[in-house]
Order: sequence, then structure tokens, then C-alpha cells
Amino acid sequence: MTAIEVRNARKTFKAGKRTVVAVDDVSFSVREGGVLGIVGESGCGKSTLARLILGLLPADSGEIAIDGRRLVDLDRKARARLIQPVFQDPFASLNPLARVRDIVAMPLRAQASFSKSEVAKTVEEMLTRVGLSREMGGRLPAELSGGQRQRVAIARALVLRPRIVVCDEPTSALDVSVQAQILNLLSELRRDLGLTYLFISHNLAVVEHVASEVAVMYLGRLVEREPTEMLFARPEHPYTKALLASVLTPEPGLGVPDVGLGDTLPDPANIPPGCRFHPRCPIAEPRCATTTPAVKPRPEGGVECLLA
Amino acid sequence: MSLLEVDKLEVSFGRTAAVRGASFTVEPGETHCLVGESGCGKSVTALSVMNLLVRSADRRAQRLAFQGEDLLELSDKGMARLRGNAMAMIFQEPMTSLNPAYTVGSQMTEVLRRHKGTGQRAATDRAADLLARVGITAPGMRLGQFPHQLSGGLRQRVMIAMALMCDPQLLIADEPTTALDVTVQAQILRLLAGLQRDLGLGLLLITHDLGIVARVATRVSVMYAGEVVESAPTAELFANPRHPYTQGLLRCVPVPGKIQRDQPLGAIRGTVPRVGPGFEGCAFRERCDFADETCSHAIPRHQAGVTHDFLCRLPA
Repeated sequence: MTAIEVRNARKTFKAGKRTVVAVDDVSFSVREGGVLGIVGESGCGKSTLARLILGLLPADSGEIAIDGRRLVDLDRKARARLIQPVFQDPFASLNPLARVRDIVAMPLRAQASFSKSEVAKTVEEMLTRVGLSREMGGRLPAELSGGQRQRVAIARALVLRPRIVVCDEPTSALDVSVQAQILNLLSELRRDLGLTYLFISHNLAVVEHVASEVAVMYLGRLVEREPTEMLFARPEHPYTKALLASVLTPEPGLGVPDVGLGDTLPDPANIPPGCRFHPRCPIAEPRCATTTPAVKPRPEGGVECLLA
Repeated sequence: MSLLEVDKLEVSFGRTAAVRGASFTVEPGETHCLVGESGCGKSVTALSVMNLLVRSADRRAQRLAFQGEDLLELSDKGMARLRGNAMAMIFQEPMTSLNPAYTVGSQMTEVLRRHKGTGQRAATDRAADLLARVGITAPGMRLGQFPHQLSGGLRQRVMIAMALMCDPQLLIADEPTTALDVTVQAQILRLLAGLQRDLGLGLLLITHDLGIVARVATRVSVMYAGEVVESAPTAELFANPRHPYTQGLLRCVPVPGKIQRDQPLGAIRGTVPRVGPGFEGCAFRERCDFADETCSHAIPRHQAGVTHDFLCRLPA
């Protein structure tokens, strides 16, 4: 059963005279119970892709289906019962004037189909489930630590028992000791509730830990996609290799690697012809500047590189 | 003589004690990393060395000296002579530490003209040289640009080049790559490590990232709730961590290639406490698996080797 199905999704933004292609003809699917990690540098379009799948932004073209139903056929309430977000910054994504209890109850109340006592009971169960004490329900977000706030955001995302959760950099704003707590909680909840995650992060070590498969995004395209073990053991795309090389593992004596990407930075408003990665690619050939690579299929994924 | 000596530094803001008796040194040509989670006092430590704390902060120390010169006794004017000159600092967010209203060139040359009285033309030449040195192509063009016209990675390179204008002996870098992508982070750290080696700088690097520490530090001081709880040469700290907090931190970090998917990561329960002046005992005791009643009293500092010490009741 496919939880998320994206076919030829495209999204552009206009900024004055510039047109930014944030998501460029992207297709993929995530099976139920899977965790697709999406990695890439800032500006590569990963958050835009998340917003398209959440239905927070309309795609210019292409089709997105969640849980077997086309996103455009679902109204807001139905969508909310299927898919929910957890965002990066638990300081910005919680209403500072609302009590924790009311923040978590909001999705239930918005459905307008639960009684007051049902709402109270569900909220309380959910708070316990994410490791918050009962007494926390009466607090304001400003009275909580970063980790506790992210637990509130997770409780709010899960209170309607959705099938899919889109986690957009859920631990990037947290300290490592708290990051580990939140990652453990997300894994546990996925197993217990049978959830499917789309997990966006710039931290490859975190993605390796949580994802069952990984998609690498570069200037709006998915340039490589493989099951996690495969991608980390045998990356094929030069960009994937560079990303993996730049991970600084806590191993003393290894020094800082030369990732070999040069100084040209990608500009989503000015996408290079041919392979869009060629200006930074350490192994680019002349044809890479003129020929646009097609996806080369692999048994459980694909790679978009002329030289792969 | 150490380049920088910090002995029993105490900084408090009203009823919050941000730094509590932190001691460490930075030697010439060495990279000393201060590592810890947010609120542990590492940035405040750096700012107190530079004397850039807000006026309401209370800074005391047994000794705070740069190249043997007592920084506690130094006048504001004397400090201004050192700052940006013999000791320079790089901050986390280059956009907020560069002036948006001035070109890169005018900000870079100002440092040199002010401290050394260099003429505009010579200062511009030096700025262009340094921009090239930090890997910026077409330095002449960049000198005429404003900060908003540069990417995050380029801005951080400009910050580094600017800090090097007066040939500092000590460079303090506070989370210099936290706002950058991993690819750019690797480039900037490689650059810093290379400059540090070539110029023989003493580098005090502040970070929360143990991966960065492992790759660039000569020596590491782990801070928790304002104290240095463990200090050791880098390889020794990673191979033989002695403080339960250091051990916990190392278990929290997912290491690629050694990851068991869906196996829980080691986490440290709870969060960093807020500590006031006069707090007694170990600040980590509420989160520690080894804590007992003695942890609420004065904690001894143990030697686990000539250059390795830690602050814990557990024996060495």
C-alpha cells in the first residue's frame, strides 16, 4: 500500500522578474510504514516539497496522492485526519498565548465531531504518550524547554491519529541530548502507531538513523534515491558523495575532508543547463553542461547522472 | 607562556550564574574547543575574554591574561587596542555581525586603518589578498559589494578574512559554521584549520558539535552549567571520557556507518538546569545515572592523567 504518491510535481515562485523553480518535476512514492528521508542543502526545495504534500501550497502541475486519495479531492478536515506536520522551530510553531492542552486539542476541535469530554480524554492520553506530565497541559509554550515544546508539536500532530507525518527538520533547533530524546520518541511512535514519515533534514547522520530510504534533492530535483543502507554504502551521484563526505563524524584524527565542491553556489532562480549540478561537480565532463541527464533506474531507486 | 590564560572565571547576570569557575588555557598554534549544549556558558566565556559582555554582567576571575597581559586590569581603551587586533573574534551569524550599510571593503579596511594607521590603498590591497586567501574568487569585485549580496558561506569567509586583517595571535570563533550547510561547513572548517596551521594562530573554537570537535581540536574542554566538567587532549577525550555528562553526550550522537536503525540512541534525560550564584554540588546530578547524596556537596576535580581532568565524585 502506498502512503504518499507524487507524480511530476512542479512548483515555481515568482520574485520580481526572477522565477525560482523550487520543485522541478519530482516523482516518488513512499510505502505505508516507511520513512523517506529527504536531504539537501538549504534552498534545494525540500521544505517546498513538504508543503506541497501537506497541501499547504498548491502544485503548479503534477499529482499528489496520500493514502491512495488525490490531495485535490480532499477538504482541509479530511486532509488533517490523514497527514500532519511537525516543524523545525517549536518556538515559532506554537501559539504563545495558548495553553499546551488547548494547542494539542485544536485539531480535534477543528474537526467539530468530538464531544468536550472526548477531546479532554484524547488530549490527556496524547500528552502522556509523548512523555509530558499532566501538569504540563496547563502551561504556556514560553514555560517549556525546546524539547518539551517539540513534544507538544508532536502530540498536536498525532492527536487525530493521522497515517502520515511530515517532519521538517524536527530536531535541528535542539541540543544533541534532547535531539536524541525526540528521535527516539518519533521512532517509538512510528512503530506503535504504524505511521509513515517523510523526514526532512540536512543532518545525514540523523537521516541514516531514522529513514528506511533516502532521497537526495538538488536544485528542485531528486538526483538520487535508494534504500538507506545502499545509499550510505554505495552512493552513486557525485553530489550524494560530496554530502556524505562533508559529514563530520566524531572520530578524532581524521581532519576536515575536502568535499571538492568549489565555491560556485547553486541559485534556484538561475538553474544551469545540462546537468544542474555540473558547475560544482568534481568529475563533470563537457557533455554534462549540455545534456540533461535522465533518471537511471536502480532496483529500488534511481540516480540522475550521466556518468553513473 | 600561554597565549590565553583563564583561571576560575565567574560571570553572572543578576541571579543567573552563567560561568562558574571555568579555567583553561589556549597555547599558540593550538585549537582549543569549548563544547557544550546551549546555555552552558561557552559563548559568555568567549565574550568575557573579549570584554564584550553587557554592562550589567558581573565578571570576576583569579586570572584572565592574554600574552601575559592582565585583561582584568586593562582599561576600555587598552582593550579596544587589543580587540580586532591581536585578538579577533568570528561570530555565528555573519549577517548580524557585518554592517549592512557599508561595503565589504570599507568594513575590512577600517580595522587596519584604525589599529595600524595603514593608508586606504595599502589596506585595500591587504583586504583583497586576504579575501583571495580565504578562497573568494574575484576579491576586487567582492570588496565593492554589500553583505546582503553575498551568500552565507561567502559572508562567513569575509568575517574570517576581516578577523585576520591585523595578524591576530588569538582567534576566537563562536559557532562559526552552525548557520551553514554541511558542505559549506566542511569548506569553512578546512579553511580555518589551514589558516590556523599556516599562521600559527591560537584558536579558541566554540561549538556544540562533537563531530567538529573531533576533527579540528587539539584540546577539548566540556562545559556544563557554567563549569568545565572535563578537559583533555582530543583523542584522549573521545577514547576515554570520564565525566558522565561527556559519556552521555558522546552516546547521543548518531555515527554514520555504526548506526542500528530503530535502535534507540543514548539520550540524556531531562534538561540543563538554571543555576544561581552559590549553587552547591554537581549541576548534572539530576540527570546523572551515578548520582548519590554526596553529589550535592562540593565536587573534587580528579586527574585522569597529566593532561586530563574531570569534575566528578567518581574516582579517577
